[in-house]
Amino acid sequence: MLEIKNLKVSLEEEDKQILNGVDLTVNAGKVHAIMGPNGSGKSTLSYVLSGRDGYEVTDGSAHLLGEDILDMEPEERAAAGLFLAFQYPVEIPGVGNMTFLRTAVNGQRKARGQEEMSAADFLKQVRAKAKSLKIDADMLKRPVNVGFSGGEKKRNEILQMAMLEPKMCILDETDSGLDVDAMKLVAEGVNALRDEGRAFLVITHYQRLLDHIKPDLVHIMADGRIVKTGGPELALEVENNGYADILAEVM
Amino acid sequence: MALAQTKITATQERLNALRLSQSGWSASARADAHGRVIAMGLPVRRDEYWKYTRPDELTSPNVINAEVSAEDNTSIFGSLDCLSIVFEDGIFNAEKSDKLEDAEITLELLSEVNDLDIHWATGLYGVLETKGQAPVDRPLAALNTAFAREGLLMHVKGTVAKPISLIYLQNSDNDDVMLHHIIKMDKGASVTILESGPVGARCNIVMEAEIEDGASLNHVRAQGRNHERRATTHLFARLNKKSQLKSFTLTMNGALTRNEAFIEICGDDSVAHIAGASVGDGAFHHDDTVFIIHDALRGESRQVFKKVLRNGATGVFQGKILVKPDAQKTDGYQISQSLLLDDDSQFLAKPELEIYADDVVCSHGSTSGAIDEEAIFYLNSRGIPKVEATNLLTLAFLAEALSEVEDEDIAEVMERRLEDWLTRRL
Ligand SMILES: Nc1ncnc2c1ncn2[C@@H]1O[C@H](COP(=O)(O)OP(=O)(O)O)[C@@H](O)[C@H]1O
Ligand SMILES: [Mg+2]
Repeated sequence: MLEIKNLKVSLEEEDKQILNGVDLTVNAGKVHAIMGPNGSGKSTLSYVLSGRDGYEVTDGSAHLLGEDILDMEPEERAAAGLFLAFQYPVEIPGVGNMTFLRTAVNGQRKARGQEEMSAADFLKQVRAKAKSLKIDADMLKRPVNVGFSGGEKKRNEILQMAMLEPKMCILDETDSGLDVDAMKLVAEGVNALRDEGRAFLVITHYQRLLDHIKPDLVHIMADGRIVKTGGPELALEVENNGYADILAEVM
Repeated sequence: MALAQTKITATQERLNALRLSQSGWSASARADAHGRVIAMGLPVRRDEYWKYTRPDELTSPNVINAEVSAEDNTSIFGSLDCLSIVFEDGIFNAEKSDKLEDAEITLELLSEVNDLDIHWATGLYGVLETKGQAPVDRPLAALNTAFAREGLLMHVKGTVAKPISLIYLQNSDNDDVMLHHIIKMDKGASVTILESGPVGARCNIVMEAEIEDGASLNHVRAQGRNHERRATTHLFARLNKKSQLKSFTLTMNGALTRNEAFIEICGDDSVAHIAGASVGDGAFHHDDTVFIIHDALRGESRQVFKKVLRNGATGVFQGKILVKPDAQKTDGYQISQSLLLDDDSQFLAKPELEIYADDVVCSHGSTSGAIDEEAIFYLNSRGIPKVEATNLLTLAFLAEALSEVEDEDIAEVMERRLEDWLTRRL
């Protein structure tokens, strides 16, 4: 599904390398977790994969379903099946959440040469999916993320993911700032989407989320590279002992 | 103060090209206005009130050609159920117009009644314009009062069901059109007046509205899309007790537009909203100059102006709220914002508050900004391409101004027109 090889990335503005050779392969149907100290480059990796400006790829490659994505525009990557649930979802005053969702769904369909979703189908789907995430009608009408609480913003990200039905889902600290109930909702939202044709890359600091979304593999990222990979027990080790031991061991 | 010689010469040149009507009920108002023009002189660039906008093309005796555009020569409001009144190159066209008949409103053409000795508009024609000459000169409005030959004299007596739609078509490439409208709103009367169309290569339109107690005037206009047209307009309104004025202007394109509004709230508990959305590309200069005077209790005024500028377009906003000493409990709000789609475009704003009463709430803000790149990336990452994302954000930016249009059908027509404009351009 996703194949990242020796990815090295610097900031465009400063001559500072942030990703120092990331290697990571995620197969279809799998859930991988990435953990790591603040500033280790987790968000940078997710931004670079989704095509945000401001980064320069100096080496390596990233393929989604065999296609080189690094030369694609962000919207092309989305249409190809990539989705990033933002660590900090963006507020867009004046653009209604529904309008946003519909434009996104139909934008991707158009890019794939599919027909637009009918207004009725769209409404039906949004309502059902919003309901299971406890997103009320008012939140759907309001401008995108404006005045949403932290938890509402994160649930809104999951709603977008559910509507867009991407192949490769990257969740960047979707659990941070959520209380236990909200986290369960998010985890249920993710689990509902798990299937053979879809993969997840879950960036998190906490074992908590991984209790609900069982990962197949856990990676530890430090200083811009994946330094250790293991089973779910690796997350427990981090939860109990922090990163110090692991980092001391590998560095 | 003596006028500069250049100003006197320029004014004289312009006046020489015009002929003053000497007959009928309006003759003395016209003669007075002519006198005002001579005394004030036409605007020149060095005048403080014209600091951001070159008046030359509006004042010169010569009109710059604006080729007739077939696309623009239809009314944006054509799909709505209105009473249409059509002017072609500033001349009334009876064939294309609906019958000027409605029990709640009397509509007369200035050209048809000008030579009568007595007319109800005598106490109105040029009167609000004259009042609007202080504290700031508006010589182009006086010029209009003196020389306009055509216009609608509207006496609104009750609730007019259908909007009155003034449609200004253009047939010649170099017409210089002057129109002077009078609206007299009786107590409790209400009407919606729409204006649309290219008008002419150059136009000077004045509207004077006397709004009696409890009356409500809703004014929506969509200015011509011809890239070469030049326009100056003035809206003068006086609000009596518990009355309401809502005026909204949509401007797309046009080489030069100066829209002035001079609003006096004289009766308690009245509301005046003046708003506008404009979008311009390239050689586009758009100026909103608004002056609102609060001279009564509990008045509410709102000015909401949004401008989208690209390819070196210029937007200007000069807005003032003047609160007189006795106008307690005034609620005044003013916002002017521009969205600059590139580095070549500019927005020049001069927001002003002058307050002499102590128990008032007044606020104003002016901002100028680029499109939010974070938001663009967010939309892109959801599969919305750059052009569409920019359009969404641009319409979102204009939304606050558009929401000033209460009638949903009218607002929708304009929103669609804006979408078209954006889709064609971005
Ligand atoms: N736009 C940027 N400007 C400056 N520094 C940046 C920028 N983006 C990331 N960084 C730096 O890159 C490093 C990795 O950041 P980030 O990817 O956000 O880490 P994480 O998500 O793992 O906490 C940090 O040192 C951070 O300060
Ligand atoms: Mg991060």
